[in-house]
Amino acid sequence: MENFGLFTEPWVKSPYRERDSAACGLIGIINKDKKRISGSVIKKAISNQHDRGNGLGGGFAAYGIYPQYKDLYALHLMYDNHKDVKDTEDILENCVQIHHQETIPHATTDVIIDHPHFKRYFVEPNPEAMQRGINPDDYMVSTVMEINTKAKGAFVVSSGKNMGAFKGVGFPEDIADFFQLDQYEGYIWTAHNRFPTNTPGWWGGAHPFTLLDKSVVHNGEISSYGINKRYLDTHGYICTLMTDTEVVTYLVDFLHRKNKLSYEDTFSALAPHFWKDIDRLDEEERLKFTLLRSVYAGAALNGPFAFLYAFNGGLIGINDRVKLRPLIVGKKGNTVYMSSEEASIREICPDAEDCYAPHAGDAVIVYLDEE
Amino acid sequence: MIEINAKDVYYKELNERIRKEIKKGVKDIRLLNICGQRYIGDGITANNVTIRIQGVPGEDMAAFMDGPTIIVENNAQDGVGNTMNDGKVVVHGLAGDVLGYGMRGGKLYVKGDCGYRVGIHMKGYMDKVPIMVIGGKAGNFFGEYMAGGTLILLGMNPNNNDRPVLGDYCATGMHGGVIYIRGKVEEDKLGKEVKHFELDESDKKILKPILNDFCKEMGEQFDIFDFSRYTKIIPVSKRPYGRMYVY
Repeated sequence: MENFGLFTEPWVKSPYRERDSAACGLIGIINKDKKRISGSVIKKAISNQHDRGNGLGGGFAAYGIYPQYKDLYALHLMYDNHKDVKDTEDILENCVQIHHQETIPHATTDVIIDHPHFKRYFVEPNPEAMQRGINPDDYMVSTVMEINTKAKGAFVVSSGKNMGAFKGVGFPEDIADFFQLDQYEGYIWTAHNRFPTNTPGWWGGAHPFTLLDKSVVHNGEISSYGINKRYLDTHGYICTLMTDTEVVTYLVDFLHRKNKLSYEDTFSALAPHFWKDIDRLDEEERLKFTLLRSVYAGAALNGPFAFLYAFNGGLIGINDRVKLRPLIVGKKGNTVYMSSEEASIREICPDAEDCYAPHAGDAVIVYLDEE
Repeated sequence: MIEINAKDVYYKELNERIRKEIKKGVKDIRLLNICGQRYIGDGITANNVTIRIQGVPGEDMAAFMDGPTIIVENNAQDGVGNTMNDGKVVVHGLAGDVLGYGMRGGKLYVKGDCGYRVGIHMKGYMDKVPIMVIGGKAGNFFGEYMAGGTLILLGMNPNNNDRPVLGDYCATGMHGGVIYIRGKVEEDKLGKEVKHFELDESDKKILKPILNDFCKEMGEQFDIFDFSRYTKIIPVSKRPYGRMYVY
């Protein structure tokens, strides 16, 4: 079989052979009671934003979809060629114990004809390494970095427990049909409709970008990418996906999981208050935000953005400090929606309440209710 | 009057249908089940035509519109009234960012809050004076680079959130037109190119009919005629950056 061209031709591969101008679109849903929602719902919601993308990237993150393997890390892998599977699995078998593996089911559709090969593995870290006292999450992060940098023609799409990312080149509704997302149920979903601007529209470059259970879908561009990438590099995170959004995923992992900052402080470090606003705060707050901004200067994001950050415990939405991208929040009962456009929320929840646009740079944080 | 059920109708077909009906002479169009369809009313030149919208219309509604009236019964999204030339837009809910960008005529009323960058570079010339009234609160960059027209912020419905009535960087780079804000304005929220004043008799004369029309369109008698509360913002200079590139 010929290579799909995942890595050797990382330029525009549109299944529609056309270009149009638009902006990215995104939407996320969380049910705080962990009531699971069908993938057909998120597909309907993101289809409403069809015209925000141009067919060069669509993707989804789904949480709570693998209850039968919920204690194992679910690795979604994308392969350029069936031949690359063997080499990658050799690396994998050295690092982890594979409990179950299969091809990720997909449908043959009229639109998504050329595509890479997808497999998923439900794994746990090598018990020997665990006996040496290595943190399992740290261990899995290095495993992901190892595959992304060393395995030829392979790339980790997602690596968290009881969650998975599904993405590719195509409009999101077509990607949803390709991966048969109506067969999945999750209590958190995010979706993305891509309109790539500065970087190639390739399968690995579609959103979400993930690490462990953390996933990011993003509308905008991170113009501080170079600074953020170098900052992450000094802390062992290697950017391989040729797209700015990747840094957001790793920055949150570094600040929240490794540096143990709360999510509030993590997102404040990503979108720091302006100095003039810090000067207006009382002394204690002024010190806190001065430190956050100074210590984590390399993590500050510049440029226009609205992004949704999902993880096993919740969903967070934020936009940049001068609000160059839209974000609307709505709710109905114990379900919260975050979207680029209100209509997209109304499409699946016509009677959503309290729709509002959060203040620029303020993270909206929604946690699952404790069991 | 005709009704169009817009459920799952793509914006292109919808807008073609609207234009066709107006061409046939229909004066009242009611759109049902609107959900995110873009560009409604864009570039339409027609008088005495009213389009009523049930549901949330999509981006860039009433852009380059020249004459019609659009009534939105729910919330509206971003980019309403971009470079609108004439006509009227009435939004009974909230509206998003960048309303009335470069607006050069007509009226745009919003009952609730609006987002960021509202009234940027509104302009006026001779008898073309665009008027925008926001019933709720406004985000940052309200009236930035404003060059003409009248922009009014009422700051009603204070119970909905703890945000201030007016965001930062209001009227930055303003060099024409007038902004009225119902309430006191903190100096550090304003651009350096403007000054603020209490209202005088001529301001009241301008405001009264506009506020009456706003109440009439919203179908509610709001308590907004307390002119002593208002602040007026006008530019210090017509050419604030005139010396910027002069060495």
